[in-house]
Amino acid sequence: MKQKLKSYNSQTYLAYALIAPAALYIVLIVAWPLLETIRLSFTNSSLAGEDYVGFENYQKMLSSKKFNGIVTRTFVWMFFSVSLKLIIGLIGAVLLNANLKGRSIFRVLVMPPWVVPIAIGMLGWLWLYNGYFGIIAGVGMRTGILDGPFGFLAYKQSAFISTIIADVWVGTPMVTVFFLAAMQGVPRDLYEAAYCDGASRWDRFFKITLPQITPVIITMSLLSAIWTFNSFEIIWILTEGGPRGATTTLIIDTYKQALGNYKFGRGAARAVVVMILLTLFAGFYLALLARINKKISHE
Amino acid sequence: MTFILLPFVEMFYASLRPLDHLFRSPYQFYSDDLSFWAYREMWNTVPMLPRYIFNSFFLASVTSIVTLLFVIPAAYSYARFRFPFKNSSLYILLAINMFSGAVLLIPLYKVLRTFGLLNTYQAMIVPGVAFLIPTAIWLLKSYFEKIPIDLEEAAFVDGASRVQILRHIIAPLSTPGLVVVGIYAFIGSYAQQFLFAITFNQKKEYMPIPSGLYEFIGYTTVKWNEMMAASLVGIAPVLIIFLFLQKYIVAGLTSGAVKN
Repeated sequence: MKQKLKSYNSQTYLAYALIAPAALYIVLIVAWPLLETIRLSFTNSSLAGEDYVGFENYQKMLSSKKFNGIVTRTFVWMFFSVSLKLIIGLIGAVLLNANLKGRSIFRVLVMPPWVVPIAIGMLGWLWLYNGYFGIIAGVGMRTGILDGPFGFLAYKQSAFISTIIADVWVGTPMVTVFFLAAMQGVPRDLYEAAYCDGASRWDRFFKITLPQITPVIITMSLLSAIWTFNSFEIIWILTEGGPRGATTTLIIDTYKQALGNYKFGRGAARAVVVMILLTLFAGFYLALLARINKKISHE
Repeated sequence: MTFILLPFVEMFYASLRPLDHLFRSPYQFYSDDLSFWAYREMWNTVPMLPRYIFNSFFLASVTSIVTLLFVIPAAYSYARFRFPFKNSSLYILLAINMFSGAVLLIPLYKVLRTFGLLNTYQAMIVPGVAFLIPTAIWLLKSYFEKIPIDLEEAAFVDGASRVQILRHIIAPLSTPGLVVVGIYAFIGSYAQQFLFAITFNQKKEYMPIPSGLYEFIGYTTVKWNEMMAASLVGIAPVLIIFLFLQKYIVAGLTSGAVKN
């Protein structure tokens, strides 16, 4: 009987056969295009055809001031967006974790921006940001903060900030939900012991909750950084990277080069830069995850 | 909270107000003649709206069914068997999640063009499925793992064939998991209908709601009340599905990503 069971559980070929369709699909639609992108980045490929041009795309790209500006801008944009998401997410999770009335309803109500198609949510934001008729400009004018209509998406700085705010709106719910899940996983008796020892609310938060959920905070900051870095629809719908490039991040620039101008080669070179950065992020994330898992299994 | 809900409230409010009230500056907080007029009128302003809605549903359904077809055997295999490269391939799947579709657009565009698939439903389904597979495998794997292997082994020892085991033990026990993963895929593909849609499809008759509405922003004076009404109609289905099933979906997603 043991023998028979063993044969049931160790059929490697069957295991592979079951995975094969999904694996093949991923190879065809994800892995192969990744390699093809790398190849294209060394060509001047366009709709007309392609020739091998060596490192020309890279040289041009890296020596252009504009591109360097875009990289810096991407990281500044990311930094503000991710920090805001984490801070608001943490505060939100604490509030949702507290014993307040109606918290189960609030827990559901924080989630819509996450589920709703981003593109449609952004149509709403376009209206909110409308300089003449939108509610934000309206409140500004009524309270006298603004002395006239103000197109939030029409000026460099305000467009930059506006896209960050919209991105935070989309990204915060998920961060909140993950933090909340982590907080609920903190063992109760830790709090009870601390309570008996007379620890204050702040102490309990900073000495128990925060250290306990640190792994999740770190993972979420990385994940959120990756998603923010990849954020395309938000900026595209609100500003298409404008005005005058003020909200053009790497992803937007890649898209514009490749499919706005059909300069596949140049676009591919940018995509490769994106890929390298993402691989770094992903590497960090996976290494971290592996460490956390090891720690858990040791405990 | 206000920050999160304000856009929705304002979208709804705007959709109820007549256009000349909206187009007043500074912003009027009060309107005395709210009506659902925009919800009737939008079908005339956006003549293809029913088609967009159909497309969105059609694309999301096909995408999630295809995803499930690929994911079920793979997830079962990950949950049940030990084999070389199991963990590393699972991590690779996680890594794929981190690549934005934007990086792959160029080769995909060229391939779709070569096969004459630009401006078809397939152009949006094929890449869509690829980006849903990784998370779906992780999710479903954790559901399969909850089914005790003893059940299967007992049946096997009693002489049941693998197919019988699948049909009589695995299938009924994993139905809730399949439903959750299917819904995850549906919401996921409903939400992802923008990037691939604006890139690979220019034909109005195949556009899903997001790209269809986005088109309207560019070249006409936007009738914002109708635009907001149409957006809310586009949001409603996913929101309703989500509200009913949020417990399961959130539990599944967070357990997959946080605890592994």
